[in-house]
Amino acid sequence: MSDPRQRFENATGTIPERLYEQMALIRRFEVRLLELFEEGVLFGTTHCCIGQEADCAGVISHLGADDVIFSNHRCHGHFLSYTDDPRSLMAELMGRLGGVCGGRGGSQHICYDNMYTNGIQGGIVPNAVGMALAEKMKGSGAIATVFIGDGTLGQGVVYEAMNMASLWSLPILIVCENNEWAQSTPTRLELAGKITARAAAMGLNTSEITSTDGVEMYEHFAPIVESVRRESRPHFALINTYRLCHHSKSDDKRPRDEVEARRVDDPIPKLRARLDESTAARIEEIAAERVEDAIKWSREQPFPELGRHLDALDLVDARGVGGDSGQVQS
Amino acid sequence: MKDNVLNSLNAGLRSILESAPEAFIMGEDILDPYGGAFKVVAGLSTDFPDRVIPTPISEAGFIGLATGAAMRGMRPVVEIMFGDFLMLAADQLLNHATKYPWMYNDKVRVPLVIRAAMGARRGYGPTHSQSIEKHFFGMPGLVVVAPSPFHDPGALLKSACVEDHRPVLFVENKLMYARRLQRPDADGLVAGMNVRSSGGRYPTVSLSFDDFAEADVTLVAYGGMAEIAVEAATTLMMEQEISAEVLLPSSLNPLDLEPLVDAVKRSGRLVVAEESTQTAGFGSEVISSVLPAAFDRLKAAPVRVSSKNLPIANTVTLESEILPQVADIVSAVRRIL
Repeated sequence: MSDPRQRFENATGTIPERLYEQMALIRRFEVRLLELFEEGVLFGTTHCCIGQEADCAGVISHLGADDVIFSNHRCHGHFLSYTDDPRSLMAELMGRLGGVCGGRGGSQHICYDNMYTNGIQGGIVPNAVGMALAEKMKGSGAIATVFIGDGTLGQGVVYEAMNMASLWSLPILIVCENNEWAQSTPTRLELAGKITARAAAMGLNTSEITSTDGVEMYEHFAPIVESVRRESRPHFALINTYRLCHHSKSDDKRPRDEVEARRVDDPIPKLRARLDESTAARIEEIAAERVEDAIKWSREQPFPELGRHLDALDLVDARGVGGDSGQVQS
Repeated sequence: MKDNVLNSLNAGLRSILESAPEAFIMGEDILDPYGGAFKVVAGLSTDFPDRVIPTPISEAGFIGLATGAAMRGMRPVVEIMFGDFLMLAADQLLNHATKYPWMYNDKVRVPLVIRAAMGARRGYGPTHSQSIEKHFFGMPGLVVVAPSPFHDPGALLKSACVEDHRPVLFVENKLMYARRLQRPDADGLVAGMNVRSSGGRYPTVSLSFDDFAEADVTLVAYGGMAEIAVEAATTLMMEQEISAEVLLPSSLNPLDLEPLVDAVKRSGRLVVAEESTQTAGFGSEVISSVLPAAFDRLKAAPVRVSSKNLPIANTVTLESEILPQVADIVSAVRRIL
């Protein structure tokens, strides 16, 4: 079972170095992903989080083995921080049998241990809140964390879910990554009022950080995760950040000068500056090797076939257990 | 306690809560003393206060919550007060609950039951009377179950909750709640007809005047149309000695074709009755599914009986005219004989 907090605690090196290991891996993975797209070995589209890597490492490094995490269409970074398993993600993006969902889900639809993602905006929030409800009913002590973006705040179901999370005092952390752009629409054209006020109005605890610094993010979220767990209360955490890449593949029509001006906030050089050169270079080298290994391994995996699974009503699990009484994972 | 559909469902829910610790109930206005708009959950919040959770008016939200809880090992039973409101949660069913098991490569199960009160004939008007299950039984990964007084509604509900690991839409026709359960009499007859069941978790019940040998026509109906179809069969027998065999599936998706095909092969005529509107509905599905297996035995083109293609009116005269009645089934049968 993935345990990002334990993995982070067990890692050697300073806090900035451990964060840089995750963030450099995410960046390298996605930069290569874009190249692979040009090569034509990926399917459909993909949503990179280039510029937002601090959020992934800074939040998820506080989550334990029992905790639940729900992410969205822009989930590669969250996935890598949670699993540290670039092979299964790369194979999924290449549509291979060895992929995390055997090629069925692709970039936006992933399930790995206690992590889930879906490409529909908003609907994942009640799902994650329901998971927090289940963990509370079971008395597991786990919390659920759900990542959304500023664009997701247009969905009414988000507020339905926040209302119930607060009413029932559920251990849910909602992380809103405000990257200033919802696909091609700037936040100012789609969002009225103050973001955290929306959550505060329903009685959620709220916080706000404007940063792309991995260490700041990690330190900011330590007490937040702890309080959600201790108090079993929902928390809405707003991160003001910026997306340095396209929304999906090559669809970026934002003003170039605006994007270029934000490169000073690029989280990778920002964190790198906290490391000595040789350590940073070694971490980058390992990240590059791991990504190349994932690509090589994934290219060797076969494509899936439907086999006997011809109706979604037939529950046939990976072990070949069939029938509609097929048992659940874990 | 009356031996009716309402009490059967209520007892089924109680049995679920007693036997499955991971089960809980969610919905609007379900606490005592109100006990739900149709009283199906009456008494349960008193006896299981932590497991009957009243929700805000947020159908998408609480079906979303129930989906998440089901993915984490719980067995939620959600009540949708009027089935019409299910459309508010259509995205949760289409893009969430039914997608997760398959798209996650079978790593998760979503054992979720959504009970929805459907149907008309109570004067509730255009937005509180519809039978909209046809919009859901084409959804991959969703089981759609509809009991009738000829089934054991409480037992079906319990099976859906504690045995089925798939999301189940459980359609309860609201006129049916007060109806007595149709159990075999001392001679083993139901409504004067022989009865048999296909067995299994969601059985198809068949009724026949001559012990399932021959029939002039096969009538297929479900839910609130079940008793209407049986009444039509009785009328046809009494007035013209036309023998109709009535088949009442309790599972709309997946549809158990075998008993339907068997009956149509013997009768050569098929009439399907549903309370919903006709286009892309249950009748269309039954006819197109049965035909390939029984085509060479057909003596007439199959017929659909349904509502008119209109919203359901409030006033009784219009409502009656819009909805399919016994006489509509009787005349449909006569047309193909």
